[in-house]
Amino acid sequence: MVMKRLLLGAAALALSTGMAHAQYSDGKVKIGVLTDLSGTYSDLAGKGTIVAAQMAIDDFGGKLNGMPIELISADHQNKADIASGIARKWYDTEQVDAIAELVTTAAAIAVREVSKEKGKIDLVSGAASTPLTNDKCSATGFHWTYDTYALANGTGDAVVKNGGKTWFFLTADYAFGHNLQAQTEKVVKANGGVVKGAVKHPFPNADFSSFLLQAQSSGAQIIGLANAGADTINAIKQAKEFGITQSGQQLAGLLVFITDIHSLGLETAQGMMLTTGFYWDMDDQTRAWSKRWSEKMGGGKMPSMVHAGTYSQVLHYLKSAAAAKTDEGIKVADEMRKLPIADFFAKNGKIRADGRMVHDMYLAQVKKPSESKGPWDYYKIVRTIPGDQAYQPLSESTCPLVKK
Amino acid sequence: MTLPPFVTSRQKPFILALLGLGVVLPFAVYPVFLMKGLCFGLFAAAFNLLLGYVGLLSFGHAMFFGWSAYLTAHAAKEWGLTPELAILMGVALATALGAVVGWLAIRRQGIYFAMITLALAQLGFFVAVQAPMTHGEDGIQGVPRGHLFGLFDLADTMTMYYFVLAVFVASLLFLYRVVNSPFGQVLKAIRDNEPRAISLGYEVSRYKLIAFVLSAAFAGLAGSLKSLVFQLASLADVSWHMSGEVVLMTLLGGVGTVLGPTVGAFLVVAIQDFFAGIGSWVIIIQGVIFVVCVLLFRSGMIGVLAPWLKRRGITG
Amino acid sequence: MMTILGIPTQALFGQLLLGLINGAFYAMLSLGLALIFGLLNIINFSHGALYMMGAFVAWLALNFLGLGYWPALIVAPLVVALAGIVIERTMLCRLYKLDHLYGLLLTFGLALIIEGLFREGYGVSGQPYSVPSELAGGWNLGFMFLPIYRGWVVVASLVLCLGTWYAIEKTKLGAYLRAATENPTLVQAFGINVPVMITLTYGFGVALAAIAGVLAAPIYQVSPKMGSDLIIVVFAVVVIGGMGSIMGSILTGYMLGLVEGLTKVFYPEAASTVIFMVMVVVLLIKPAGLFGKGA
Repeated sequence: MVMKRLLLGAAALALSTGMAHAQYSDGKVKIGVLTDLSGTYSDLAGKGTIVAAQMAIDDFGGKLNGMPIELISADHQNKADIASGIARKWYDTEQVDAIAELVTTAAAIAVREVSKEKGKIDLVSGAASTPLTNDKCSATGFHWTYDTYALANGTGDAVVKNGGKTWFFLTADYAFGHNLQAQTEKVVKANGGVVKGAVKHPFPNADFSSFLLQAQSSGAQIIGLANAGADTINAIKQAKEFGITQSGQQLAGLLVFITDIHSLGLETAQGMMLTTGFYWDMDDQTRAWSKRWSEKMGGGKMPSMVHAGTYSQVLHYLKSAAAAKTDEGIKVADEMRKLPIADFFAKNGKIRADGRMVHDMYLAQVKKPSESKGPWDYYKIVRTIPGDQAYQPLSESTCPLVKK
Repeated sequence: MTLPPFVTSRQKPFILALLGLGVVLPFAVYPVFLMKGLCFGLFAAAFNLLLGYVGLLSFGHAMFFGWSAYLTAHAAKEWGLTPELAILMGVALATALGAVVGWLAIRRQGIYFAMITLALAQLGFFVAVQAPMTHGEDGIQGVPRGHLFGLFDLADTMTMYYFVLAVFVASLLFLYRVVNSPFGQVLKAIRDNEPRAISLGYEVSRYKLIAFVLSAAFAGLAGSLKSLVFQLASLADVSWHMSGEVVLMTLLGGVGTVLGPTVGAFLVVAIQDFFAGIGSWVIIIQGVIFVVCVLLFRSGMIGVLAPWLKRRGITG
Repeated sequence: MMTILGIPTQALFGQLLLGLINGAFYAMLSLGLALIFGLLNIINFSHGALYMMGAFVAWLALNFLGLGYWPALIVAPLVVALAGIVIERTMLCRLYKLDHLYGLLLTFGLALIIEGLFREGYGVSGQPYSVPSELAGGWNLGFMFLPIYRGWVVVASLVLCLGTWYAIEKTKLGAYLRAATENPTLVQAFGINVPVMITLTYGFGVALAAIAGVLAAPIYQVSPKMGSDLIIVVFAVVVIGGMGSIMGSILTGYMLGLVEGLTKVFYPEAASTVIFMVMVVVLLIKPAGLFGKGA
């Protein structure tokens, strides 16, 4: 420890004597991508986020004020303990300056705790829950792609306004599910809707028939799916099988990724409303980036919002570290809050005091098979939800960093 | 340094060398990794007391490990207890759980014993998912390490390391003492031939229960330490995969040896660490290790080394 | 409308029927486990992985060979049985003289390997497999909408389970098998090739798991995790039924499906745990399980 400090001091001294070089510890900038490489979320995040982060580094030029930029990655298996262990090791022994991606709230919060302690930067793309920008917020922590508030707000609001007044929830029985259900309930009630009931299902769960039957007998118009990944896919498939959608009830997937739609097939998923932070087929920029990403992934796939968000956050980090002329966590974080974000993912993004990156969200509807022109042509963008309306207002945040 | 009287003079240099290694290693190797190995080593040693010396395969030890971790984390974070008190609370809970589970389970043997411990551990897992105290999937995060006896700041990694090392060494010496005591001899007699032990007039079930409770208590101690080292207690600690992992560690290191489980634990932790970047291969490699151990080295790594150690009179 | 404990009777019927469908899977899987345990004295932890493999073989056959559901129902069990026979011949056969805990540990390792390989190859988010067109659609039973496919699953499983039971209890081959379970040395002395019988039994047991896998493919996702989620529950079923008891494992499979179905109505959070509660209670009252002989 003492040795390191001495070295740092010496290095700082050497650098300050006339050299134009900025202050980067260990002579490099190192980014870690910590994600789920083998579990439930490895398709919507996983390897694709490592590729996205590498693209951001390459597009930045591979060097930052003359310093090499390195990338390291690992699998946290969606477990908080593994995530926390790897983050600690990366900061302690691998000279990692920032950790990106972090799907699964439990893993993201675990890394947040370590990053806060070490004064390093964490960039959350894949995790969903709002505590990351509320009581778990940090000066060096950022939440990028989407969150449960924006999902509930976008989908809940749109569905109620389309006439879906009565709701029944199928909720994954863990923190994320409860969080998503509670926020959607709020939106539904605020718009004059009624919640007829909810059932918590074990996580993960394969057979939804019994819960769907309960939803059916509740008579609610809308069955809200407050779950993710395989659970959502199974629930949707089985709803079709049990004739739930044919009998007039509608499903609202509250967290649906394009990879889920791909796995369900349009035949099953058609007509569903969902909220997303990104769709590959929106404009030339998104198409161009997605095509490059797809090629690097070996073709046949299109990026999810988590992949695109990871690119955006890594690129913004690099820009800010270059502008701040240091890789010291808190200084880069300040710079990140100052700089606006303008790339193919977020056209007019900005970062708030609570660490939330506010950007436009999109309300999408899944196309009918007849409307789709080819593989991955899945969404119709119904409406753009401006960032200021999409996310939790800063005034409601319980983050201590927000001055009131 | 004076060693307890039950250590033979020929073992002394060996043990001192190991201790010395434990003291200097953190200067060469990442200390958090070492602490993880020590915690799991202790967990595996506790598990091995049951499998190796009583011949009972528990498939539910995660319950003691995990619940102790939860209570320690909760006590340190929410009640603001000092680390030693928080650990004591965790161990007390594990001991109590061990008494209940043990009382229910020791009436059965073999596969039935494994299954009933698994079933009870699943109930423990269910409670962990439901109870608000555990914070579900998120776990109890950001647990403060605190000041040991109000004096030593455990937030410092090295201080924490030596604390873990001290607890580990003391526990292992204690377990070694138990195994080589008359009590331990009776346990081995039960393992090798239960009807004979009964006919000799031993109250077999009482011995088994005591061994079970001891094993649960030390598994709990390991869980408590782990929750302080990583400042977190989570569902992974109580899931049946954890119960499977401790079996793997013990099997790999050597069932029924004192140091084997620790060696196995370090190997497994190293494998997880080394292959963390390449996804599913961790699982595949663990599977291969299981298969290879069962087919080729049923006595584990230490079993392979044992003849060598024995020649030097280090193990008796 | 009549109600029981505040739940409309009709909804309850629906839930019980669904429970029976899940029970059909439990029954098929636990039957295979019980057969294997009876003759080989091995707790086959890889049973769930082989069930998953059955579903994957069906999926692969469809996507690479163009083989549909019905041929897959034959091909998948054969492929998996072959894999099982290789496992038995190369590995399990070395363990028969040892404590059967080693069999448990070996098959646990195998389960990790098989699951890991499929994860590595196909990711985990699950592959879609559609219901064969002959069985698409559903019946409106008045109290619920029953997909024809689920009805087919119950019928198929009943036929398989009862057929197996009949073959073992009422035919000559079954008699050899039962005899070999009791006293292999003596049966061998009568000129019956017991090792081959053991190998074939293992193959048959895992083939049952593979059929269950193919049947499950259109209902659940074909995913590498589908087996490990199920195996622990099926273990509990076998233990509750009484290790090695054929009829016991079948009946317990259906019964626990029903119990689980009811739990989903009254206390859904506990649905994945209720079976373990039943298991603890049963083992305390009847140590050898509901249908087992001796401890």
